[in-house]
Amino acid sequence: MSLPSRLVELVSALRGHGVAVGSSETVDAAAVAGVLGLADRERLRAGLAAALLRGEGQRPVFDAVFDVCFPLGVGSPELARDQDWDLDRLRDELVAALADDDGDAVGRLAGIAVEAFGRYGGGFSAYEALERVRPQTLVARVLAESGGGGGGFTDRLERDEVRRRVESFREAVRTEARRRTAEARGRQRVLEHAVAPSADRVDFLVANRKQLAELRRAVQPLARKLATRLAARRRRANRGHIDIRRTLRRSLSTGGVPIHLAHRRRSPARPEIVLVCDLSGSVAGFANFTMLLVQALRDQFSKIRVFGFIDTVDEITHLVHTGAANPDSLGARVHSEATLSTWDGHSDYGRAFRHFAAHHADAIGPRTSVLILGDARTNGADPELAVLRDLLAPARHAHWLNPERTALWSTGDSEADRYATVVPMHECRNTRQLTTLVGKLLPT
Amino acid sequence: MTESGFFASVDDVVDRLAARGYLASAAVATTVFLADRLGRPLLVEGPAGVGKTELARAVSAATGSRLVRLQCYEGVDEARALYEWNHAKQLLRITAGRDEGWEAARADIFTEEFLLARPLLTAITGDEPTVLLVDEVDKADVEVEGLLLEVLGDFQVTVPELGTIVAKRKPFTVLTSNATRDLSDALRRRCLFLHIDFPDAELEQRIVRTKVPGVDEALAASLVRVVGALRAMELRKAPSVAETVDWARTLLALGADTLDDDLVRQSLGVIVKHQDDVTRVRDRLNLSEAGR
Repeated sequence: MSLPSRLVELVSALRGHGVAVGSSETVDAAAVAGVLGLADRERLRAGLAAALLRGEGQRPVFDAVFDVCFPLGVGSPELARDQDWDLDRLRDELVAALADDDGDAVGRLAGIAVEAFGRYGGGFSAYEALERVRPQTLVARVLAESGGGGGGFTDRLERDEVRRRVESFREAVRTEARRRTAEARGRQRVLEHAVAPSADRVDFLVANRKQLAELRRAVQPLARKLATRLAARRRRANRGHIDIRRTLRRSLSTGGVPIHLAHRRRSPARPEIVLVCDLSGSVAGFANFTMLLVQALRDQFSKIRVFGFIDTVDEITHLVHTGAANPDSLGARVHSEATLSTWDGHSDYGRAFRHFAAHHADAIGPRTSVLILGDARTNGADPELAVLRDLLAPARHAHWLNPERTALWSTGDSEADRYATVVPMHECRNTRQLTTLVGKLLPT
Repeated sequence: MTESGFFASVDDVVDRLAARGYLASAAVATTVFLADRLGRPLLVEGPAGVGKTELARAVSAATGSRLVRLQCYEGVDEARALYEWNHAKQLLRITAGRDEGWEAARADIFTEEFLLARPLLTAITGDEPTVLLVDEVDKADVEVEGLLLEVLGDFQVTVPELGTIVAKRKPFTVLTSNATRDLSDALRRRCLFLHIDFPDAELEQRIVRTKVPGVDEALAASLVRVVGALRAMELRKAPSVAETVDWARTLLALGADTLDDDLVRQSLGVIVKHQDDVTRVRDRLNLSEAGR
């Protein structure tokens, strides 16, 4: 297969995974390949990434696609061809390689593991291979093997480091399984189905633990981004009253002619945010994630109040504040310290809104922006549209973020479309959508 | 117009940057080589303190070219980035030539004599090889990006009164960003993208030993391991390479040759800058418990 068609395959696979690559970038990629040649694979990888990618978040997708389109080799690994590998021998060698932190050996062993234990149907399965080899059970042996280093300070780091090496072995197995399957079944299928989506496109509701950790990392810059955007909007003052003193001061540099006008800076409006979150089990992943965003935001906004509900509303602002050091346990603490549910732990939006209107209505004033987070699944109870409408009437802005796909709204017990008549409802399934929303929600 | 043509190969980049004290990873060296060879600007992103700005300085030192730096900040505008007419001097000129007609005066005051070149214009005029560093481009307003497009896309500047000034020699351009906001796609498309992450342990050890020659190998290895562990902890501010180097200097000043609990506890402030993080690190590394 020629280089241009391989590059085109790479590019179209990237597009399929939501990385916007234009044709001019494809031409750049070809120029890169022309300059670097194909001799050094890692250099080619770095070069193509430089030409094709526009952000670090796209890197994992790129790496996976690159490994399939420009495979490390062909067929089964050399060591696996002429020898028989049993599980014990593989595990022994893996322990030695992990103890020495020998990356090359770990990579080779991943190849052998897939070849010897990863056959599944007509292709290869990383899951199958990892289930047989079970590298996570080797940590203790690796620690014993590397001998603890003689009681130095850094010994206590050993366990975490070994865990990271084990994780890199698992990743190598996944890459190898994709490569072998691509050979057996054709690249196209693997490119379409076996590459994990980038972190900003993972649904909040179905994110697994590792993805959630990645989302968590995405939150911090998002909050900072929001803050800088906000600051920029506040400070732009190129209309309005003229500031005589500063204009005259400036005119000195132009011989007393006031060429550059200075405008009086507007006093910044302080946004106040009230957040109302559904914390029931069905949206737990989403709500926990949003709490993280709130926590990151609390430095930027002078006033932010957070309310949680399942069928009863309780203010949880103080919990979010004191939890600054440790966001992990926030969800658990909220559930143990706040009264969110008086019945059976099923969300009841209507009841929660009534309760809010009765006890916390003063939280919403003319300067407040209200964000409601939830899937609008009321478990068949009365949605109380009128109560919500009155509640939100004084607010400056109100928005509802729904972690479900628009197509699922108003299916089953969801009242999303009816609520959408009272308050603008937005689909907000992943970080990407949240980012766009954050831009739109800013008070201008 | 000639390409910058500084480097012969990727290995050449590694060697010459290393000679200037910048140890480049394979990805960094490859991308620098490509930017040089393809004549494209280089957009560098990454956490604070991994040597984004330093890269531009090292390239300029390694190739013996002048460094022109544009530091972006909120509110930076055309007059600070590109060029400005020297109004005061123009006024003087008009006052001095009282008797001449308007036509003559106008023809005279809009010439290069009255043009104050700012970094972007400086970088593309002149014959000597140039490295243009646009630092923290994400701090600038969106409008400035539009300004950069012409300069970075075609390496030319249009001054309405003078016409278009085209670069005689393409500068080697580095833009750095801390990703506080998304740069526009138009700008990104004109650049090669490079994300510099924290270096791997082996490279970081070499960096520490280059920057702090007095540190012995075992100490460098163990402090790099500790920093690596801190980075894996999801702190509010992960320690950067600059902080690793600072820490090595501190330990050297304290006369330490191995790490122990007391030493780490005392000098933790050098690498961890938030109180929350300090608490967290003490907790995870069992520092308080070991102090019994």
